[in-house]
Amino acid sequence: MTDNGEGLRLGKDLVGLKDLSREQILGILDTAEPFKEISERPIKKVPILRGQTIVNLFMEPSTRTRISFEFAEKRLSADTVNISSSGSSVQKGESLVDTARNLEAMRIHMVVVRHGSSGAARFLADRIPSNVINAGDGQHAHPTQALLDLLTIRDRFGDIEGRRVCIVGDIQHSRVARSNIWGLLKCGAEVAVCGPKTLIPAGIEDLGVQVFGRVEEGIEWCDVLYVLRLQLERMQGGYVPSLREYNRVFGISSSRLQQAASDMIVLHPGPINRGVEIDSAVANGPRSVILPQVTNGVAVRMAVLYLLAGGQPEFAESAKGEDK
Amino acid sequence: MTRPLLLTGGRVIDPSTNTDAELDLLVVDERVMAVEQGISGPDDAVRISVEGLVVAPGLIDVHVHFREPGGEHKETIRTGAKAAAAGGFTTVWAMPNTDPPLDDPAAVGYVREEARRWARKGEGGARVSPVGAASKGLAGEQMTEIGGLVEAGAVAVTDDGYPIADPLLMRRLLEYTQRFDIPVLQHAEDMALTAAGVMNEGAVATELGLRGIPNVSEAAVVARDMFLAELTGGHVHIQHISTREAVGLIARGRERGVRITAEVTPHHIALTEEAVRGYRTEAKMNPPLRTEQDRLAIRQGLIDGVIGIIATDHAPHHYEEKEREFDDAPFGIVGLETALSVCVTELVSTGDLTLSQLIDRMSCAPARTMGIDGGTLQPGSPADIVVFDPDVKWSVDPGQFHSKSQNTPFVGKEVRGRVRWTIVAGEIRYEGEA
Repeated sequence: MTDNGEGLRLGKDLVGLKDLSREQILGILDTAEPFKEISERPIKKVPILRGQTIVNLFMEPSTRTRISFEFAEKRLSADTVNISSSGSSVQKGESLVDTARNLEAMRIHMVVVRHGSSGAARFLADRIPSNVINAGDGQHAHPTQALLDLLTIRDRFGDIEGRRVCIVGDIQHSRVARSNIWGLLKCGAEVAVCGPKTLIPAGIEDLGVQVFGRVEEGIEWCDVLYVLRLQLERMQGGYVPSLREYNRVFGISSSRLQQAASDMIVLHPGPINRGVEIDSAVANGPRSVILPQVTNGVAVRMAVLYLLAGGQPEFAESAKGEDK
Repeated sequence: MTRPLLLTGGRVIDPSTNTDAELDLLVVDERVMAVEQGISGPDDAVRISVEGLVVAPGLIDVHVHFREPGGEHKETIRTGAKAAAAGGFTTVWAMPNTDPPLDDPAAVGYVREEARRWARKGEGGARVSPVGAASKGLAGEQMTEIGGLVEAGAVAVTDDGYPIADPLLMRRLLEYTQRFDIPVLQHAEDMALTAAGVMNEGAVATELGLRGIPNVSEAAVVARDMFLAELTGGHVHIQHISTREAVGLIARGRERGVRITAEVTPHHIALTEEAVRGYRTEAKMNPPLRTEQDRLAIRQGLIDGVIGIIATDHAPHHYEEKEREFDDAPFGIVGLETALSVCVTELVSTGDLTLSQLIDRMSCAPARTMGIDGGTLQPGSPADIVVFDPDVKWSVDPGQFHSKSQNTPFVGKEVRGRVRWTIVAGEIRYEGEA
């Protein structure tokens, strides 16, 4: 990868948005634009990553993210292998670094990693020469999710700068919230978080966000309401008394949205717990951009793969058209 | 019987006798014979010129983990004792959280005898005093046979590695141990509040997505144990203080005359939670590195004497155990071979403590507080001595450690002060390079 001096190049890896500049983030979104169209073609395949070998190393269950990456890889003609923790050498006690080094020995180009421990993606990236893309590490970061969210917000409003985004729910355990906070702040948005105090992590204000205790305040304030999934295990942890109680106090219902701005939109990273953090009428309603988020996910991941493989943003349009 | 030993021309600093002067020191029959000017000494004495170097009572560390039995791949009693001597320590207290734990007289006796056995073979290091388990299996339920443990050589009891959580057990321990005049060492932590945390709770943990351990997890137990010590008259010693709240509580307890003492580690003096960034497992320990505010408060506590003792919590772990995801890596770092240098650099070079005050915190105070025979160069006392260069600069290279493990956050750190000789019972147990 050559440095063209514009500071837009990504490094070897994509571990988190905190490491990127505003220009790099917007560069990824710009690169994603021409890739959107590939998924709309009858034959959804271009030869951009032909001959590239990509390992999807998923040490934690995932449906949406794994499939989205796989579509992105396959539509760019990469060769892919999927590894999950069950039924692999990990179950036999192999360490993460040994798993990675063995993959490396088979001569691969990239690893897309999902892992339950914060810092796992950074750990891998520091130890192997392949490109590492973080597909979610513990409670730390999920950069491609935040990028697809940014793209979705930009699609709707034309710009991210100055938009007010309120993230509602389990901030404490959410890598999606953290990556969105970094991405949104770097792109000039205002960010607030809202949820039960038991699920608002200590020192979150130091990241540059404000905190609303009442979801009604956040709804009135924001242009974008980002609803997080409430993990069912939070009940066992004693963070909230019950799902019904959570829905009563923090659930996003049509009636709560009556105070919202007319053009306010609702995002959710999925999978949805209908009737818990969000009511069906909202999830299926006119403000919801939940399915466009999923569609954008494939384009954003194509862009990230393309850029890490050495592609240049300005050539994305021509690259996808020609048969190299 | 070893030959007499004469150290000439050194700067003898012994806070226990208010000494800080250029003097000679003569050792005969494992004991300090004289500390004076111009000692001629017996003809057969081994003479070492120590001009320009500090001669002080050997350092005492009341908190180390030597892993034997059960964790010999991390450290053994032999390698631990050698590492201690290399760090200038002449006495260390080995914690009982081995496998099996030191919860019966045979296990306690084994640790003491193993150290003596290597010393007899000329492979000795610091004296190793075993600390007995406070509860059977460190399970926090049934008290161990403390009388038997003391007979076998135990110098204190603790469940370190774990807190003594049950307040009633703690009360009984503080009552029962008075018969033996030994302290109860407490790893002060409320595990329910810690809730599987892996670093300090706060903005850094939030940013890294790591589970936090709040300050109150330590402070709540310190407060409880202070009241229990007051009620019972027993001696509770709070290990590795990390929070400003705990410093405040101990200050209040001591003002009221409660028998509560405390120690602080060199790493809590030198580092903050910022060292964890990059998911550096060599900065993962329990209690965790805290904020700058906490760091300054515990330094002040050490300067004021609220915290009397510096202890390392030397916790060796094998490279592969630390070379993994942050959540899964074990807590703890090694400290014996960097403690004196880190403290000279962080406390003496900064003007916060004099060399004499530092030696007090690392030798005299632990001896005085815990009833250890040592911490003084008074004639007649055991010839446990450290000789160090207080000014020489070097950079920490774990590859040079005598410990079996290298897990230190101070790798590459430029430090001042280095041990030249460590003498235990009149015998040179370590000689470092000039």
